[in-house]
Amino acid sequence: MPQKIRVIHYLNQFFGGLGGEEEAGAEPSWFDGPRGPGALLDELTPELEVVATIVAGDNYMAEHLTEGTERILALIEQHTPADRGVELELLLAGPAFNAGRYGMACGALCQAVQSRLGIRALTALYPENPAVANYRREVAMLRAGDDVMGMREALEGMARVGLKLVRGEPILPVEDGTIPRGIRQNYFSVSTGAERAIDMLMRKLSGADFETEYAMPVFDRVTPAPAIEDMGSATVALVTSGGIVPRGNPDRIEAASASRFGEYPLEGLDRLTAETHQSVHGGYDPTYANADPNRVLPLDVMRDLEREGRIGRLHPLYYATVGNATSVRRARRFGEEIAALLVNEGVQAVIFTST
Amino acid sequence: MVKELERAGMPTAHICSIVPISKTVGANRIVPSVAIPHPLGDPAKTAEEESAIRRALVEKALIALETDIAEQRVFD
Repeated sequence: MPQKIRVIHYLNQFFGGLGGEEEAGAEPSWFDGPRGPGALLDELTPELEVVATIVAGDNYMAEHLTEGTERILALIEQHTPADRGVELELLLAGPAFNAGRYGMACGALCQAVQSRLGIRALTALYPENPAVANYRREVAMLRAGDDVMGMREALEGMARVGLKLVRGEPILPVEDGTIPRGIRQNYFSVSTGAERAIDMLMRKLSGADFETEYAMPVFDRVTPAPAIEDMGSATVALVTSGGIVPRGNPDRIEAASASRFGEYPLEGLDRLTAETHQSVHGGYDPTYANADPNRVLPLDVMRDLEREGRIGRLHPLYYATVGNATSVRRARRFGEEIAALLVNEGVQAVIFTST
Repeated sequence: MVKELERAGMPTAHICSIVPISKTVGANRIVPSVAIPHPLGDPAKTAEEESAIRRALVEKALIALETDIAEQRVFD
């Protein structure tokens, strides 16, 4: 039997079996053999063997991306001395689906491992994961679903594309189900560019479907709004995606994939307390936010600044949702609706806090 | 969400823990915060120190709102 391809697998604290958000601060650690989804990866693909798993917490990696990546590289080097003949051929990171912190860690690690250690690397992300825009040029990414329901399919895809990477075969986004990296590849076509262009034009004119051969990138940038000239007379509003709501969560905002935002009064409140407010965000450990919600929605400081005349007035309502695996389309709609409400109330500037 | 608020004409300061995500998505006025579970505080510090940290971050956000910018900027 030919020798199996030796794989190292990267997982966050959740999939790595350390725990939930309470373990999100976990520093990188090394485990021999597969863990969690790695076992399925092993089982699905006889050509691969997961020889080790590296697990690190989402918060630790998001907050120390460079240092965390360095420590993981050191762990790999320390456990695979070349003189022992141990050679790793492939790093698989994730799948991280639409998880922002996890996705960033996977992207950074794949990039570092392939450029610094010369080990092929692959991750699997949902196309809207923010790590895609950051790392897709350098890192091969399988197109995964937006949540863990797509685990099996993503692992199968990772194994399939991972094998192609190790064998040095070309990766084709459409055929292989990967996220396009913007790399152009020459190929021979049966018809010339002119013929294909006329063909495409005819299809377009007749209202038929046509597929461009060179998709234009979409850069959705917003022109910065003009600065506030006189903050001392401006009305400023607070908005948060950190899930701070009145205790009891009256609008039942979901802990993940929120379908709505809430509008809540600040009138008569000088600061938020554990008795009045809480966090319902399912994407971070809420211990600190529950103990003192001003750590996410800084009402206490805003009141001080209002009293001192540094700002004209704090808008008497704040808006909150949970930014946790929220689709871009839904977030855009929340933003549009909140903006319309605030503009209508004469709010001139916004402080938006995210966890 | 930050972009839609800014698009509606209100300068919006994004106080956030993961700056690369905010940059990628396209916030214009970015203020890096302390940490994901406590962006505007630090439970390891005394109450006074924590208030000072929070105050400094919000003041930075106000400066961001008072600054005319032509493109995305991180205020740190």
